[in-house]
Amino acid sequence: MTDMTHSIRMPASLRALGNIVLFLLRSPTSAFGLLVLALLVLAAVFAPWLATHDPYVQDLGNTLQAPGQGHPFGTDELGRDIFSRLVFGARITLTIIFLVSIVVGPIGLVIGTSSGYLGGRFDTVMMRITDIFLSFPSLILSLAFVAALGPSLNNAIVAIALTSWPPIARLARAEAMTFRNADYIAAARLQGASRLRIIVKSIMPMCLPSVLIRLTLNMATVILTAAGLGFLGLGAQPPLPEWGAMIATGRRYMLDNWWLVTYPGLAILSVSLAFNLLGDGLRDALDPKQMNRR
Amino acid sequence: MDTLLDVSNLRIRYGGAAREAVRGVSFTLGRERLGIVGESGSGKSTVGRALLKLLPGATITADRLRFEDVDLTLLSEREMLKIRGRRMSMILQDPKFSLNPIRRVGDQVSETYLRHFRCSRREARERALAMLEAVKIRDPERVYRQYPHEVSGGMGQRIMIAMMLLADPDLVIADEPTSALDVTVRLQVLDILDNLVRNRGIGLIMISHDLNLVRNFCDRVLIMYAGQVVETLKAGDLERAEHPYTRGLLAAQPRIGGPRAPLSVLDRKPEWLEENA
Amino acid sequence: MSFLTLRIQRAAGQIGSVAVTLLGLLMLTFFIGRLMPADPVRAMVGEDATRETYEQVYRDLGLDRPLWEQFLYYLRDVASGDFGTSIRTGQPVIQDILHVMPATIELATFAIIIGALLGIPMGVLAAVCKDRWPDHAIRVVSLTGHSMPIFWTGMIALIVFYAHLGLVGGSGRMDQFYIGLVEERTGFLLIDSLLAGEMDVFWSAVNHVILPACLLGYSSAAYITRMTRSFMLDQLNQEYVTTARVKGLSQAQTIWLHAFGNIRVQLVTIVALAYGSLLEGAVLIETVFAWPGFGQYLTSNLIIGDMNAVMTCVLIVGVIFIGLNLLSDLLYRVLDPRTRS
Repeated sequence: MTDMTHSIRMPASLRALGNIVLFLLRSPTSAFGLLVLALLVLAAVFAPWLATHDPYVQDLGNTLQAPGQGHPFGTDELGRDIFSRLVFGARITLTIIFLVSIVVGPIGLVIGTSSGYLGGRFDTVMMRITDIFLSFPSLILSLAFVAALGPSLNNAIVAIALTSWPPIARLARAEAMTFRNADYIAAARLQGASRLRIIVKSIMPMCLPSVLIRLTLNMATVILTAAGLGFLGLGAQPPLPEWGAMIATGRRYMLDNWWLVTYPGLAILSVSLAFNLLGDGLRDALDPKQMNRR
Repeated sequence: MDTLLDVSNLRIRYGGAAREAVRGVSFTLGRERLGIVGESGSGKSTVGRALLKLLPGATITADRLRFEDVDLTLLSEREMLKIRGRRMSMILQDPKFSLNPIRRVGDQVSETYLRHFRCSRREARERALAMLEAVKIRDPERVYRQYPHEVSGGMGQRIMIAMMLLADPDLVIADEPTSALDVTVRLQVLDILDNLVRNRGIGLIMISHDLNLVRNFCDRVLIMYAGQVVETLKAGDLERAEHPYTRGLLAAQPRIGGPRAPLSVLDRKPEWLEENA
Repeated sequence: MSFLTLRIQRAAGQIGSVAVTLLGLLMLTFFIGRLMPADPVRAMVGEDATRETYEQVYRDLGLDRPLWEQFLYYLRDVASGDFGTSIRTGQPVIQDILHVMPATIELATFAIIIGALLGIPMGVLAAVCKDRWPDHAIRVVSLTGHSMPIFWTGMIALIVFYAHLGLVGGSGRMDQFYIGLVEERTGFLLIDSLLAGEMDVFWSAVNHVILPACLLGYSSAAYITRMTRSFMLDQLNQEYVTTARVKGLSQAQTIWLHAFGNIRVQLVTIVALAYGSLLEGAVLIETVFAWPGFGQYLTSNLIIGDMNAVMTCVLIVGVIFIGLNLLSDLLYRVLDPRTRS
């Protein structure tokens, strides 16, 4: 039974995904977003081939070179090629995005769906907790966590994950509450399905799409927070080519050597802009009110 | 009788829509009360709003769209501002939504006057109070200061009528003016509207889905279906309607003391959708 | 009478929920503080203290008690206004923070004014021109503001407007040679310099605040624009807008005289929330501009690992957030006649 529905549903959902991508490509802004993200993934995957230099090898005879021959984006204070460091930095950015998503998505989903479905005191307590987390700007709370855990890339990821689950949980809860009284849930209950089974098998799959969209929307914030932590020296530590940290070290030389801070900043800006544009497009693509107006 | 409105071959298409919402509607209107009847989606409200040119994003074309001495198709938005409210106005359906919730109702009424006449606020206020009295509001001074959520539906609609008649227009379009009201106050409100329209010689277009109401309050009736006028009749001649759609509408009305057989169901023939040139 | 009791009940409910949130905040900051891997006792007594001294301090700090008991002590201290002592300055943390706060408030207030003046008209324009080119242009501008890493934009702006064009002052709150010239009364430099009649200092301060305030303002304008647009779009679909048009009001009059009043309440909420998030941007921008405010205090203490100071800062941000929420709730009731009656 479940196998059958799966085999039917998969291609349908794949087709739906295809439709969404097609829709996104039609609008220039979201197409730009998709393009930048594709470039980011490609850069991360093919970093060793794209990079013209080793991102860690210092060349003290060749420090602070302006962009030009051999070094398209110039070199930093230790003679390292900025372009190559940016390309390798894409890997760090992707790692952050990936790890935060796989932590935040499930946590938000589990907390949100169970408090939405179970309701009662459990719901009240859970929502109080999310309220408390939501009463801080995400960067400040991440700062506090990293300060307690000690500065490192991994701790930064943990801190960001810890601070970005509440909006997801809120959303999943709202969704779960709309499904909670649906007939098919009642049917499952009448068949004797346990609460756990109903939540996992019937509620979670229904909440998944909106949670995924919300995660995409949140990625821009995640990237900015990660870069902010890196900039404050609380995220990735040198010599890792994390973009925020690159800006932090470049800051000392910025007045005479603009390229040290300019290019990493542009990289952060374009990736977070890409996520924002994509999120904007996704909202349009999935908003039923907009669909029939095309 | 002088002609207020002369419409010929009016066509309206909403932006991005595949089909025209109104397809070749023609009629004339004197200083009389014309009813436009049709089911939802027949394009009757669209016609009303098109006359005021209040359909953003829609394309309006017509062979003729004359209102008194002006050709509405040629008017710019600036010139329309002097028409709207002053010479042609519209009563909307539900006072719960058609009054601005955060402004005092009196200010909203007198705004019509202030917009079109050079006068002091005081004078506009006097006018508005007089008009509120004319729509049979007992304590106009008190109502003037109230907010829309503090007045009842029937009262709200009377305020709406006062607002729309304050500048003494020649033509009023009433778009389902009583559909949102309680049955008990419907007749009151209609009576007030009817009296004012008659005494001031205002042309009225009453848009409604309620055949009985239109029959009792209008001189002539236009039956619309799928964006076209299928039949025009004198209100008294409604029983003698020829078009099968109109006959269907009439047959679907329940009647006290009538036969107890199940009411007939409207049938819609696909050929009515085709344009009758 | 019953209405009054209802009101009191509602107020009590609200106070109760705020109290619970506050307690949660305290719990959160307390436990984050305990997460720290570094040993606070070792930090206080130094590497070569005797075992006795170490244990003495350990007990003095209450670290031998169970965690919940420690939390109660923490609550008692906080209730009496004792947030601990700063390791760096040796002063009570709360005093340090009160000292740096005006600088941040000055910056944030400047910024929110710029943000609102920029964001609200842009949002209205975008809503009115929905799906036409001004809407698209505004969307790109505001999304860019939303996406930029503000610490980076700050540096680029310093390079361009300060180093190359020389249009504005650089880092700090005023030019070096004015420091100490004006007596501190309110802590707000713009006010203090006016009180002292030092116009040079005043203009120097304006010159310094303008660039970081514009950047912060731009980033909050991005948020304000997007929210204003969606609020306005909601209103433009309402029937009363049609009523106003039927009366003969132009589109502009309809928007500003009718629709705008209806989004005013929502805008207040949004601007209040944006003001709160400015604190986040302030942490980063103050570092870039060497602005001696709350953000710089927080980050400099982060780096030396003074958890008392850091956690108090975090707590204060949380309290400010809750306060702003309450305030916008209150303004909501005052501004909307439907909730007033």
